[in-house]
Amino acid sequence: MTIAVLLKQVPDTTAKITVSGGRVDQSSVAKWSTSPYDEYALEYALQLKEAGAGDLVAITCGPDRAAKMLTDAAAVGVDSMLHVVADTTEMDSKQIQSILAAAIEHCGADVVLCGKQAADTNSGSTGPGIASMMGAACVGMVSEVMVEGDSFSALRASSSGNERVSVSRPCLFAFDKASTELRRPNVKGIMMAKRKVIETVSASDLGIDMGESQVIIESHDSPPEKPPGQKFEGADSVQTVVLKLREEANVI
Amino acid sequence: MEITIIAETSGEGIHPVTEQLVGAASSLGGVITVLCPGGRGSDDASVISGVSKVISLQGDCFSSFDSGSWSTVMAPFSQGIVMASSSPSGRELGAQIASKIGVPIVQDITGIEPGYKVTRSVYSGKAVETSSLSSPCVVTLRQNAFEGASGGGSAEVVVVDNSSEVSVSVREAIAKAGERMDVSDAEIVISGGRGMGDPSNFSHLNEVADVIGAAVGASRAAVDSWDEIPHSMQVGQTGKTVNPTLYIAVGISGAIQHLAGMRSSKYIVAINKDPDAPIFGVADYGIVATWEDALPALKEELGKL
Ligand SMILES: Cc1cc2nc3c(=O)[nH]c(=O)nc-3n(C[C@H](O)[C@H](O)[C@H](O)COP(=O)(O)OP(=O)(O)OC[C@H]3O[C@@H](n4cnc5c(N)ncnc54)[C@H](O)[C@@H]3O)c2cc1C
Repeated sequence: MTIAVLLKQVPDTTAKITVSGGRVDQSSVAKWSTSPYDEYALEYALQLKEAGAGDLVAITCGPDRAAKMLTDAAAVGVDSMLHVVADTTEMDSKQIQSILAAAIEHCGADVVLCGKQAADTNSGSTGPGIASMMGAACVGMVSEVMVEGDSFSALRASSSGNERVSVSRPCLFAFDKASTELRRPNVKGIMMAKRKVIETVSASDLGIDMGESQVIIESHDSPPEKPPGQKFEGADSVQTVVLKLREEANVI
Repeated sequence: MEITIIAETSGEGIHPVTEQLVGAASSLGGVITVLCPGGRGSDDASVISGVSKVISLQGDCFSSFDSGSWSTVMAPFSQGIVMASSSPSGRELGAQIASKIGVPIVQDITGIEPGYKVTRSVYSGKAVETSSLSSPCVVTLRQNAFEGASGGGSAEVVVVDNSSEVSVSVREAIAKAGERMDVSDAEIVISGGRGMGDPSNFSHLNEVADVIGAAVGASRAAVDSWDEIPHSMQVGQTGKTVNPTLYIAVGISGAIQHLAGMRSSKYIVAINKDPDAPIFGVADYGIVATWEDALPALKEELGKL
């Protein structure tokens, strides 16, 4: 029984993003990190492994630099790592999903945890798309998951609050922010991780012919600059601002 | 050309974003069919101007959310360009439908033009992406980014009673603490941060919100520090992305991760005692004052309108 956690390396949330030649300039990103929601997926994947639900493999699809993220995951306890080396920046949703679904199959995993969306593409297509390809039950907006015998119990956000749901294998959980603490690696974990070997493959090694992307990115641009705002001193200015909201902005 | 809209529902009726989906679809021109999961909102949808047909999906599987089984029933009816809301359930369902009909999906678009050029915000609002799509495909639309269609339509409602095996079973529903409006739905959002000092002080935000029909949000620092402030109120990178016409940030410093969730608001007001707080960099109207001084005045002034 194998559990897979899908991790994506993205520009750190504090990193400045610059655009040059109609594309976000990846080479100018100062710091790369694991996408925030994926970190919650990793934490719960570790908890499932510790509860005896299976071995844990961390999977990523990305360029060479993404390997560091897998080593970091090994330092907190994942058993094995699979790196599909590819440039995902111009791929459409179908292409990336077919690679990851094949990677999951390659690892023999039938329980998958991932973030609800990545902090760079901000989409949220990957988890549910893969669940569909695997024929797995899909639970999104998850903030907690537990193993219960042969099945799993998860807490997910719903329109009216939260719901506790249960699913059986095969299943996929896409994580929202959770209230749990994320674990940090200790020295022993870091030393052990250095000795672990990352399995590195290409999309074609997995038997994937991706075809052409059906979504052509025309350009990236910096967001339009807002004209500088007006700033007022003191609570007395509230009256002025309310008037402006009504007469200049027309929003109240 | 055909456009299929996945209705976003709210309770037994239609959610206002569905009118925006129809508005966007109408601007492209085409024959518009609206799919109503569980039949919810079918009558509402049939009177939205521009809708040709409503398919009321009444199968048993629609009694609780399971994107896998819902999409299995909906995929055969999803023709041409498929549009859904970029709400959490809209994204999940959209991605499953796309996978089942074998087309790509582009999520959370804020603009669409004929010839299918779409724009969306990427890198947490730090860049804008323009791409062109082949038809057919699935797109989800950001709430409040498109003009809603008006009423006055009279589309036929077709009832379909198909179901599919449910694999996500709901064991318990845990209701939200308050009955306040969701920040993603509101035209006006007022959010509090760590500067509110204590969760009980959010009552001052609630009071202002009640005067103008706003939803109340929070920064992550507020959500993480105080149990009384649930994550469902969090705006930002790891919370909700909001797109209201007016966003009022109170006692919020304006960290980049907070801005990621609200910088696309049409107008931003910031109330902060620190004149150098980064939130003033994105505010259309900044008020350098403590909330203790500013909120009572704000409530009073808004009450006069
Ligand atoms: C991966 C990651 C994801 C994150 N996601 C989010 C997210 O989704 N949303 C989010 O908000 N943050 C997020 N953060 C956290 C973010 O970096 C900030 O820590 C957080 O936004 C700060 O919240 P704050 O502005 O309420 O608190 P602070 O930064 O502590 O600011 C408090 C502000 O209140 C002002 N103040 C104090 N007293 C008063 C008073 N009496 N009257 C008026 N003003 C007063 C102060 O001048 C100050 O500007 C994330 C961080 C990381 C690393």
